[in-house]
Amino acid sequence: MSSPATGLPPRARPHPSGHQRAFAERTVRTIRRRRVVNVVMMGFTYLAAAVATLPLLFILFHLLREGASSLGPDFFTSTPRPVGEAGGGMANAIVGTLLVVGIAAAVGLPVGVGAGLYLAEHRGTRLAWVVRFLSDVLNGLPSIVLGIFAWDLLVRPFGHFSALAGGVALGAIMVPLVTRATEEMISLVPGSLREAALALGYPRWRTSLTIVLRTALPGIVTGALVAVARVAGETAPLLFTAFGNQFWSTSVTQPIAALPLQIFTYAISPYDEWHAQAWAGALVLIAIVLVISVVSRYVTRARFGTGSD
Amino acid sequence: MTDLATRDEASAASAASAQRGRAEPSARLETEQLDAYFGDAHVVRGVSLRFDDRQVTAVIGPSGCGKSTLLRCLNRMHETVPTARVRGRVTLAGPNGTRQDVYARGVDAIAVRRQVGMVFQRPTPFPTLSVRDNVAAGLRVAPGGMPPRREVDRVVEDALRRAALWDEVKDRLRESATSLSGGQQQRLCIARAIATRPPVLLLDEPTASLDPISTQKVEELVYELRREMTVVVVTHNMQQAARVSDRTAFMLAGELVEVAPTSVLFTSPADARTEAYITGRFG
Amino acid sequence: MTDAALAGGVHAGPEPAPADAARMGGAAIGDRAYQLAILIFALCIPLLLAAIAGAVASAGWPAFREFGGSFLTSSRWDAVNGEFGAAPAIFGTLVSSVVALLIATPLAIGVAIFLSEFAPPWLRQPVAFLVDLLAAVPSVVYGLWGIFVLVPILREHVMPFLAGTLGLGGTPLFSGPAYGPSMLAAGLLLAIMVLPYVSAVTREVLLAVPRSQREAALALGATRWEMIWDAVLPYARSGIVGGIILGLGRALGETMAVTMVIGNRHELSASLFAPGYTLASLIANEFSEATGDLHVAALMAAGTTLFALTLIVNAIARWLVWRVARGPVGR
Repeated sequence: MSSPATGLPPRARPHPSGHQRAFAERTVRTIRRRRVVNVVMMGFTYLAAAVATLPLLFILFHLLREGASSLGPDFFTSTPRPVGEAGGGMANAIVGTLLVVGIAAAVGLPVGVGAGLYLAEHRGTRLAWVVRFLSDVLNGLPSIVLGIFAWDLLVRPFGHFSALAGGVALGAIMVPLVTRATEEMISLVPGSLREAALALGYPRWRTSLTIVLRTALPGIVTGALVAVARVAGETAPLLFTAFGNQFWSTSVTQPIAALPLQIFTYAISPYDEWHAQAWAGALVLIAIVLVISVVSRYVTRARFGTGSD
Repeated sequence: MTDLATRDEASAASAASAQRGRAEPSARLETEQLDAYFGDAHVVRGVSLRFDDRQVTAVIGPSGCGKSTLLRCLNRMHETVPTARVRGRVTLAGPNGTRQDVYARGVDAIAVRRQVGMVFQRPTPFPTLSVRDNVAAGLRVAPGGMPPRREVDRVVEDALRRAALWDEVKDRLRESATSLSGGQQQRLCIARAIATRPPVLLLDEPTASLDPISTQKVEELVYELRREMTVVVVTHNMQQAARVSDRTAFMLAGELVEVAPTSVLFTSPADARTEAYITGRFG
Repeated sequence: MTDAALAGGVHAGPEPAPADAARMGGAAIGDRAYQLAILIFALCIPLLLAAIAGAVASAGWPAFREFGGSFLTSSRWDAVNGEFGAAPAIFGTLVSSVVALLIATPLAIGVAIFLSEFAPPWLRQPVAFLVDLLAAVPSVVYGLWGIFVLVPILREHVMPFLAGTLGLGGTPLFSGPAYGPSMLAAGLLLAIMVLPYVSAVTREVLLAVPRSQREAALALGATRWEMIWDAVLPYARSGIVGGIILGLGRALGETMAVTMVIGNRHELSASLFAPGYTLASLIANEFSEATGDLHVAALMAAGTTLFALTLIVNAIARWLVWRVARGPVGR
């Protein structure tokens, strides 16, 4: 396919040779094949996206179908019935979760916020790098390992399970999450704000606590809530720390029920009534966790979306 | 280094002495052979400059001449940067004529900053505080602690009036400070800085991020503030310096080239470099 | 920080007023107390990690002392006779995680490519949101769904299909009775749980590839897919591998969902249909009925093994991610 105006001698007419024709056909075939491959792979990614979004929808669907029927006001106010009796609830487990998560927050939040402040204010130092690295290592540990830690520290020496041990295990899980959230949020506060406070005569510690921390607080609270949601759903660390309890208990030094633990115990049991309770409990648990996750997403997006000037 | 009540007395005393006649203006703030470094970079070189009481002194010069750094040495903000160093003296005059080296051993930077207020290039209201609480922020760390609420309200109103902002925000005192416009925010920052009645106010390119109308309001405000305090303005806008100041200092590459009454500097500068700058040949 | 030279005599200032002196001291004390406090909190983290390592080692020590290296290599787990070998559990941990990643990785990369290249803008947010939300579902809820939905589906539809219709029943991978709870179930469930992590990292890494790379490929006449395959993915390769290994780290440590669907049997089998154990699910399953201190110690020793395994895997992941953060990767 050469153009006539290519300087060929006027006598010769352009005539594709056999070679040239074959090459052209191969090219066209190749282009066609490449286009097909393109469309197929694009289709594959669409398929991947569809397959990836299905499980969540599936799970939510089943939770609603199986769990909603057992979910009456009774569920939130009564304790478990003996085997064979229908009904009953997980009030003790819900309260237990609140208590254990409360202890976790009491341990995890101060350490996390304090460490986050340190990391944000001493950014370039070697110690900060080490602490940040170790915090990431801590974050990657299986939660059951943290249960072993709390067991060795607070159950084995005392000879009994306790809400405190469970809370400590969960608190250790919270620390790296809160630390990272705090460090990020504090670093986002513009340096000019710190300068303005210093220029007014604020000492450094007051600037950090009353101006900078206060400005970063909404983001830190969001991060803390996400950490709490994550920890509220954890079961493995509680298996041999809080251990679980069929009865009502609010004692810190005794074994205590927790929502995920109860779900687990019921799910692996052979009783249908308990299975139904497990679904209901799972529905409540996922509702709490999802609500906090979704809300925190919107809060953070709103903060960085509404920039006025 | 005195509390609010004595500050008021001192203002009255100085105002009276100023009225007694056009006496030689006394230097409220003065630098002697001031050097400032960022690590090895020698950014301010041997600057000796006098800032007269009840006057507006402007510091002009091209970008990078060290004028902002010089300003930040006056209230010991320069040292907040990790590699910063300062040599030389900066003396601040007290009410009874006593002078104190701001960098003397044992002098707390925080106490200095309460005497020498600062307003920055970009408005920096505290975003989580209301308009009222922003203005009152300096009171919280004043010696003697936070005054009772009624007193605070009085001081806030007074400061907002002096900053020519009262009428615009008097119905919005409880609103977040970030709901104000840029120009209003900057005047808010000025109100915040002057609420504690510091004897000196430093302004680092205060209108650089403002629109022309807000700029004009701030310039008028700065001109008025000379009645109660010593004002130092750093600006890259020569016309602004000419409008607003009584004395102007020209800096170049860290050195003080020339300082003179504003009209003199702009009409018949002594140094050739000054003339080159103000006629626009560089910078 | 300041280097102030006080010239003598004439201009010495007065002592600061008493009220301010107290404040001055107060501020200095306040600053020092604050710095100390946040330093202590920051040091809690390395301390905590050391305490965890110590506790985990001490909890498992009796078993290691008793069995030595054979704890890791022996397949005999006999609580009655006091013999504990965790080889099946180690095997199961690795196999279930590898299966999970084999399934999850192509899906995750596919989703990430979809979100960064092909998705129409209105679809981007919802899909990303739904995929990321998978990470928020608690493990025990996955397990519950696994027991009552996934395993029955596997038992009644998928496994017969693989063994019978596809005729794979003779192969070692798909041999044996299909009761449901199996390595395959665990691998599938883990794949779902690990997908959001690999997908999120891959998405980030793809977005970090500079436009110039993409535009250069397109300008040469590449199709969209060819641009991705030849220009974008190689650039992001290190990061993606890092993400995969990060997902692997997560899969290794998953406890509840796995213990609910894997069958919990000390079995070393090549078949995906067979039940098995992972280190984590072993601990979860046997703890409440552990007979005697040695049994408990053996379970804790499984935890120690898991701890060590996770540290190694995560270290590799971080190294890979760090390598990609330092600059573009050559071929």
